[in-house]
Amino acid sequence: MSTTFIISLLLGLSIAGYFFGYRRSITLASPIGGVKNLHSRPAYYGMLVALWCGLPTFIIFLVWQSLEPSIISSLMIADLPLDYQNLPKNQLGLIINDIKNLATGNIVAGEKNAIMHAAANHYVQLQILSKWIKGGALLVLGLITLIIVCRRITPEQRARNHVEKIIRIVLFCCSTIAILTTLGIILSVLFESIRFFKAVPITDFLFGLKWSPQTAIRADQVGSSGAFGAVPVFIGTMMISAIALFIAVPIGLMSAIYLSEYAGKKFRTIAKPLLEILAGIPTVVYGFFAALSVAPFIRQTGGLLGLDVSSESALAAGLVMGIMIIPFVSSLSDDVINAVPQSLRDGSYALGATRSETIRNVVVPAALPGIIGGILLAASRAIGETMIVVMAAGLSARLTANPLETVTTITVQIVTLLVGDQEFDSPKTLAAFALGLLLFVATLILNVIALVVVRKYREQYE
Amino acid sequence: MQKNNSVIGQERIQKKLKQRYRAEKRFRRLGLFAVITALSFLAILLISISSKGYTAFQQTYIKLEIPLSHEILDVKNLANADYPGLVKASLRQMFPDVKGRRDKRKLYGLVSTGAAFELQDRIIEDPTLIGEKISMWVPASSDVDMFMKGQIPKNVSENERRIKDNEIEWIDWLQQEERIEKRFNTVFFTAGDSRDPELSGIRGALSGSIFTLFITLLLSFPIGAATAVYLEEFAPKNKWTDLIEVNINNLAAVPSIVFGLLGLAVFINFFGLPRSVPLVGGLVLTLMTLPTIIIAGRAALKAVPPSIREAALGVGASPMQTVLHHVLPLAMPGMLTGTIIGMAQALGETAPLLMIGMVAFIVDVPGSFTDPSTVLPVQIFLWADSPERGFMERTSAAIMVLLVFLITMNAVAIFLRKRFERRW
Repeated sequence: MSTTFIISLLLGLSIAGYFFGYRRSITLASPIGGVKNLHSRPAYYGMLVALWCGLPTFIIFLVWQSLEPSIISSLMIADLPLDYQNLPKNQLGLIINDIKNLATGNIVAGEKNAIMHAAANHYVQLQILSKWIKGGALLVLGLITLIIVCRRITPEQRARNHVEKIIRIVLFCCSTIAILTTLGIILSVLFESIRFFKAVPITDFLFGLKWSPQTAIRADQVGSSGAFGAVPVFIGTMMISAIALFIAVPIGLMSAIYLSEYAGKKFRTIAKPLLEILAGIPTVVYGFFAALSVAPFIRQTGGLLGLDVSSESALAAGLVMGIMIIPFVSSLSDDVINAVPQSLRDGSYALGATRSETIRNVVVPAALPGIIGGILLAASRAIGETMIVVMAAGLSARLTANPLETVTTITVQIVTLLVGDQEFDSPKTLAAFALGLLLFVATLILNVIALVVVRKYREQYE
Repeated sequence: MQKNNSVIGQERIQKKLKQRYRAEKRFRRLGLFAVITALSFLAILLISISSKGYTAFQQTYIKLEIPLSHEILDVKNLANADYPGLVKASLRQMFPDVKGRRDKRKLYGLVSTGAAFELQDRIIEDPTLIGEKISMWVPASSDVDMFMKGQIPKNVSENERRIKDNEIEWIDWLQQEERIEKRFNTVFFTAGDSRDPELSGIRGALSGSIFTLFITLLLSFPIGAATAVYLEEFAPKNKWTDLIEVNINNLAAVPSIVFGLLGLAVFINFFGLPRSVPLVGGLVLTLMTLPTIIIAGRAALKAVPPSIREAALGVGASPMQTVLHHVLPLAMPGMLTGTIIGMAQALGETAPLLMIGMVAFIVDVPGSFTDPSTVLPVQIFLWADSPERGFMERTSAAIMVLLVFLITMNAVAIFLRKRFERRW
């Protein structure tokens, strides 16, 4: 009984429930003078049965599905011989992995023996058993609710109100997913970070000047002491973001001013969507462009000028990131500039100011809070941007202010620490979550300030 | 005296006015310059990628004459026959003058290692060929391919190029004999990933993307629409609703990599779902795209005028009937537009998928939601990291395919908006 089969079974049951409910309400209605004497239209009776039949079974199915793997493995472990069960945790984990691989027919890394084969068989049996029990139980449950709800249908039953109440609850549950997501982010990042800060003091992390997260695997290994001072990483992030903003803010702002104040309608309708394309290009494409076109170009130009430019310079990554966030700055500024009331402009013209004077002295100051909000949002984009820096910026955490050298960023470090197989309890992997926590907090603060500023400004003129 | 003063004043004003007009012009030009700079960045980006990538849509093939003798090919044991040997023998036959181990190895290097597999497939499919002499086109190796496309210049010293002088001679001879040609590259669209550039394709990544996006669409559209409807039509004004709204606005601006961390910690470590599968990728991308869809959905619902609701309520519809029968259908085009834009975002997203392990080297084309797979942007990331020249061309081509998908999706969204948009 495969998962898709169970899902289609439950779906079929619900549809059958709809028709049974529909028919039942019509048969009940015919002796008392037709459908018009029912409280609700027959479709609502059908829906009532379908929902009662489908929803509980589906919820049970989801819960079962998410708990099944852990329950089955613990059952299998309980059946292993005692000397296996008393092994250290990580060794046992390896063996369990091997058994699972045996069961699914994959290649097994370690040695196999009869006990493991037996365990693998047992594991497969448990899986099959669980599937049958699950399918059977859900089918029976669905049928029982179908029959009960069907039999309780009466002409006076307020089926429509009942169905609407259920739909409302479902809608409400969907809307709480946003809160659950935020909660999930905070908990998952915070939880692992706390474990990290138990191994590395938080002051060392926040104020340490050396970042080299490779920890020694063996005690006698050289050069991998593991230093988790994140200051060089912050400096690198800030430098690349600053370069990006340095490119994006003037270009974005001036484009927004030109498009909203000067450009003719035709030019605007063509240029604006073209600018928005820049925001729609995937970041991995920008990364490729930065690494293969921009970085070599900057390196060559620097060579001509007699400068020593690293092939993974902060300048290349920052420049391309700047291009990426131009549309954020320009479209947000465009919105706020358009929101400035025309009367302010008219007043300025009446005093004899030229257009550019009006823009500089009246429109931009009036729109300034909104523009700053937009720039803050763009900055939070730049800090959290990953692929461009992963592909075009370096890995070595250096404490430097020279944009021609290579620097690293928070996101680059998260990716390098977490990509590939790794244990989940070494400080190295946990450091990634600590960095993630910082990233989340930093962008959250920027976003909240930006949103508050933008909202406050909008209310002024509305 | 007074008159004189005003004349001087006027002169000053006139002079100042000229300056001010000049400043006006300068400012205006600066604005135009900014727009043009931004647009030229876009042009440079697109041109640089397509000029690197368009060659990947062609591939070099070499025609071989292969005698299929009964001694080498045992009909009962076709799977274990020496197919690479057959290919090599055919090459030796074509160039009988080549002596010496090193030169011979170079000669064998003209065709791709995939040639032997193609031969094997063809013979297993039709064993009656054995005993005959067949001629077939096989893919050339990546270096030869690059040379044929002019990516390896002839006019540098021999040490600095990957194709040596004697190889150029062979290729010239093949060209004279019309045994080498460029054709449309079907491998690129039908193969999965490979270590050899000439055998690698985007089909695996593309199906991974499709599976992932399917999950994302399946979850994010209903949930997003339901949330938008609840918040816009039913939610009471209280702290809880405010909290939900603040959350949604914030989630829209959370860096995508943080969603990857969430997926890693919750779906993989807590719920024990497998790594590198489209199912988990779809779940993560769902959470990421939900805010976009909800915000667009709410805007669409807001745009439906209150008179529609009042009319429905006035003839006795319940609030739920009003929303489901009247408001929602009218808001649907706007919601769909938002969903398509969210999907386009999800299609181009890379960083969170790196976190949940969708970066593995996977040769097989995935066939279900729980097969290990990768997606198109991640494939681009992986290829961009490979040092071979052949992969650079293929990376650019994959980017072109990705951009075509994205542009199509956005065009559909714009079309939908234009076609069904109503001004009330």
